[in-house]
Amino acid sequence: MIHFLVHSDRDTVGVVVVDGIKGGTEATGRVMETGATLMMRVLDDVPLGHKLAIADIAEQGTVIKYGHDIGRAIAPVRKGQHVHVHNLRTKRW
Amino acid sequence: MRDAPIAAYRRPNGRIGIRNHVVIMPVDDLSNAAAESVAAIVDGCTAIPHAYGRAQFGRDLHHHFATVIGTCANPNVAAVVVIGIEPGWTRRVVDGIEASGTPVRGFSIEGHGDLATVAAAARQAAEYVQWASELVRERCALSDMWIAMKCGESDTTSGLASCPTVGNVVDRIDPVGVTTCFAETSEITGAEEICAARASTPTVAKAFLDAWRAYNDFILREKVDDLSESQPTKGNIAGGLTTIEEKAFGNLEKIGKRTRFVGVLKPAQAPTAPGLWFMDGPSPGAECLTNQAAAGFALHLFPTGQGNVIGHPVMPVIKLSANPKTCATMPEHIDLDVSALLQGTMTLDQAGDALLDLIVRTCNGRRTCAEVMRHREFVLTRLHMSA
Repeated sequence: MIHFLVHSDRDTVGVVVVDGIKGGTEATGRVMETGATLMMRVLDDVPLGHKLAIADIAEQGTVIKYGHDIGRAIAPVRKGQHVHVHNLRTKRW
Repeated sequence: MRDAPIAAYRRPNGRIGIRNHVVIMPVDDLSNAAAESVAAIVDGCTAIPHAYGRAQFGRDLHHHFATVIGTCANPNVAAVVVIGIEPGWTRRVVDGIEASGTPVRGFSIEGHGDLATVAAAARQAAEYVQWASELVRERCALSDMWIAMKCGESDTTSGLASCPTVGNVVDRIDPVGVTTCFAETSEITGAEEICAARASTPTVAKAFLDAWRAYNDFILREKVDDLSESQPTKGNIAGGLTTIEEKAFGNLEKIGKRTRFVGVLKPAQAPTAPGLWFMDGPSPGAECLTNQAAAGFALHLFPTGQGNVIGHPVMPVIKLSANPKTCATMPEHIDLDVSALLQGTMTLDQAGDALLDLIVRTCNGRRTCAEVMRHREFVLTRLHMSA
């Protein structure tokens, strides 16, 4: 079963595609661009459609999805953590 | 792919329509009651009530007329009854519709009252309905269709699967000569350079970036915060989308991987040639679809994540979703379930095949979820305040 999908191999986040992942789960992901498989320990509970970090991201660091900049981290993010409005902000508005 | 035959209505101006509506169009807010009365009396016609049409001026008034006239001139419309509070602007709308070749007659209320106006307008509406009921579909080509797209209540599954499904179809129907349209200026913010690179010429790229910058400047001028909960919406955020940039890259998946856009349209402005067009304008679903239908688009492709329920009075809207929860809990609103893409049990080409098949069937007369559920959203864009 695929727990999460990643758009590009440059991305630092993936998207949960099952009905929620519990923290502590050993999750399987697939990179859509390359077909590569990723295995990772998820640290937080992450709902369907929400993002999880697939790499450590420094505070004020750029978060990459679709191979592109989707905003800045407003807190340090560890690989496996939930990424959403509590730790990611737009750079635009 | 090769062109596909469809059964459609050929209109006097040469355009093809896939529905055969008789529309009762109010010119202004005051005429909604009479228009709705006519539609209640005469079976088979559709009133399109709306909130505006009084004391507007300048480019806002021009846009009001363009939207009202364009909706009635849409090839899915067989004939129109126009009702206005006074005869002057009623005549203006009637003349605009007449220029497209669509049969139309106008009625005004002042000096007659609602009752006499409704009686006369209903008599005309009944005549149009009976006339339209004898029009027959002819063999036409999919390549003559104008198909618009926009996504709504998006979530991360939109960017992963339902928007790429639309993009897969756009890449296949563009070389055949179908006229298509994407929009949502503000919702391209963050991906504007990537979008500009998809323009067919540097002139078109500049026109797009000029339009995007003007819209972004307006947002920067008016904003009081980072717009979170407006853009992305509360629904977007519940579905896992966090920033406008993230939303923009998912949105842009709808234009496929290869197709280039050939020009920039104002809201409700008709394209002048086949190909993919960008319509500059507001992003909310009902406003965007109203502007696209008023430009003449006869069918709509609408990916949703969290479950937008939208429809339009004259333009069928095919809704697709890849969110398995949305497909399970709101099946009466979702025409095509592509959630199997998320687990890799369906390929993008297979999803595109399924959508193409549904497009042809919808053109041939299959009613969409939005039509069955009576979703007829019609929302006029205001460009500035009334005088």
